[in-house]
Amino acid sequence: MQFTIEVGRYSPEGTYAESAVPGTPFPAPWDRSPARRYQTYTVDLPEHAVVLDALIAIREYQDQSLAVRCACRSAICGSCAMWINGHSHLACKSKLSAFTKDGKTRVESPPSMPIIRDLVCDMKPFWDKHLAVKPWLQNKQPVPPPNEEYRVSNASMEELIQEVSCISCGACLMDCESFAVNPDFLGPQALAQAYRYAGDPRDAETKERLAEYSKPGGIWDCTHCYECVTQCPKGVAPLDQILKLRKMAVDAGFTNNAGTRHADAFAESVRESGRLNELTLMPKSVGFFNIVEQIKTLPSAFNLIRAGKLPPLIHKKIPGVNRIKTIFERVGGRFK
Amino acid sequence: MKVAFYPGCVSKGACPELYVSAKAIAEPLGLELKELTEAPCTGAGVLSEQNPQLGDALNGLTLAMAESEGADLMTICSTCQGVLSNHNYHLKQDKERMDRANATLADQGFQYGGTTKVKHLLWMLFEDIGIDRVTAAIKRKLTGLKIAPFYGCYILRPEESLGLKERPERKTYLERLIALLGAEPVEYRGATKCCGFPMLTFNREKALAMGGNHIVEAKEKGADLLVTPCPLCHLNLDGQQPDAARVLKKDIGVPIFHLPQLLGLAFGMDPSELRLDHHVVPTKGALEKVELKV
Repeated sequence: MQFTIEVGRYSPEGTYAESAVPGTPFPAPWDRSPARRYQTYTVDLPEHAVVLDALIAIREYQDQSLAVRCACRSAICGSCAMWINGHSHLACKSKLSAFTKDGKTRVESPPSMPIIRDLVCDMKPFWDKHLAVKPWLQNKQPVPPPNEEYRVSNASMEELIQEVSCISCGACLMDCESFAVNPDFLGPQALAQAYRYAGDPRDAETKERLAEYSKPGGIWDCTHCYECVTQCPKGVAPLDQILKLRKMAVDAGFTNNAGTRHADAFAESVRESGRLNELTLMPKSVGFFNIVEQIKTLPSAFNLIRAGKLPPLIHKKIPGVNRIKTIFERVGGRFK
Repeated sequence: MKVAFYPGCVSKGACPELYVSAKAIAEPLGLELKELTEAPCTGAGVLSEQNPQLGDALNGLTLAMAESEGADLMTICSTCQGVLSNHNYHLKQDKERMDRANATLADQGFQYGGTTKVKHLLWMLFEDIGIDRVTAAIKRKLTGLKIAPFYGCYILRPEESLGLKERPERKTYLERLIALLGAEPVEYRGATKCCGFPMLTFNREKALAMGGNHIVEAKEKGADLLVTPCPLCHLNLDGQQPDAARVLKKDIGVPIFHLPQLLGLAFGMDPSELRLDHHVVPTKGALEKVELKV
């Protein structure tokens, strides 16, 4: 079966094959990698072939200059994550037939990562973030005597199996919307690992970790878009772990941040009126005494008012709001 | 066809034009809207992340209200759709969660039996109302307009609870609808990405850049306007667009239509009736392309 592959190529020396044309990459304005060119190859492969089969076939039989990073070809080593048709996937786990669109498949290095050559991006930002969350156990138990191990219950480890499944391929980070606009964001992979250790009953530094993860660039800088959950080839569901960290952090008292204020203001509004009060949500989240940030929101507020988008000044309760208050009381917890 | 109509807080608050236009298109589509006036806010995921049990009870109540109407629950907001779908999925799957939610709702007049279907207007157009009925309602083809779809995260992800594994075609409805109405859908990466709204209160500049980038991309691909089934996306993409333009140091000026407004235009309604004048970014330029004024 014939497949057409369009490969995003980049060479630091600026040398390209004649057939390589300057294309329009998915024009990410946040592009941190330099301009690349697109070179088209045709390969003959069985119907069940994966994208990586095509790339290896190209490198072996057509163009030795193509740089591609891969090792296990079994979705275990995590080396071959790249953009396929504009989203990150493992090339070894993506069937060509499923990724053929308008007769071709486009592969390239993700523009939010620095590029080394062709399909090989520089994973430094990924590993920097990974290390920043201290992805190791800071044990509270004394070192066990020789021939004995640290004991931990099965149930508490089962809770962490999902995060342990991470193969550090970086697919989640390569498609992370927050990272794309905010290079300082720790990102989905690192934060999923952060939960793996913060949620470990043997760890002694949980509180310190939560304090660290609550800082700018941490758990509250996630935009909650579920891209990482969709792209992770191993079912780690990083966003779910970030949400667990948020709850842990709030429960541990790290509440002096816009995220917690936003949740509290949201809850108060729904509890008291059954509905969201858009008028007070923004100032309450920003913090009433955070004058600088409050002023920044003013031009937008004026625009909204001018367009007739001002929420009603007198916030109306829904009929039967007592029922909602009862629910809040019965459930209890922070929002009661 | 009777539907239990869940308008959501934003259509009753900062986006009144969404509520008005959704009501206006109901008749030509043959929808009998039974509005759930006593249904609470979904919590937009914000409440559920801190207290899943609270999310189950609040949304279980809404689902039970629709159940007692004997009709599918119709949303007009991607975020409402996502949160309600998510809780509906888990309540149906997990008897323990369902029992706990119903215990919380005890003697409040509603118990959820797990039969409600939650459907965004966008899905209903294709799955319940039907293409034929939509086509029959078209009085004015939107020929000449290039329209960029903007879905909003929570109508696309996570796929399991939204039923996209069984119905992957739901990921293409906006493009198909745009073509059906006579306009040309713009293909661009931003269509399925995040508008930045959830981050607006935590990290304003980055949230503005995120949304702004997608509009710029759509504009560069020739879009006259964006259409979205999510009023929260609308609030960030339209309401904050001048500020996003400032952050990105770019001129943007692309109007953002609500899904029912676009339908209403194709159904021959007057732009003022659809409140297309209630936008921060003027809709004038796009409307002039189909020889309309607001």
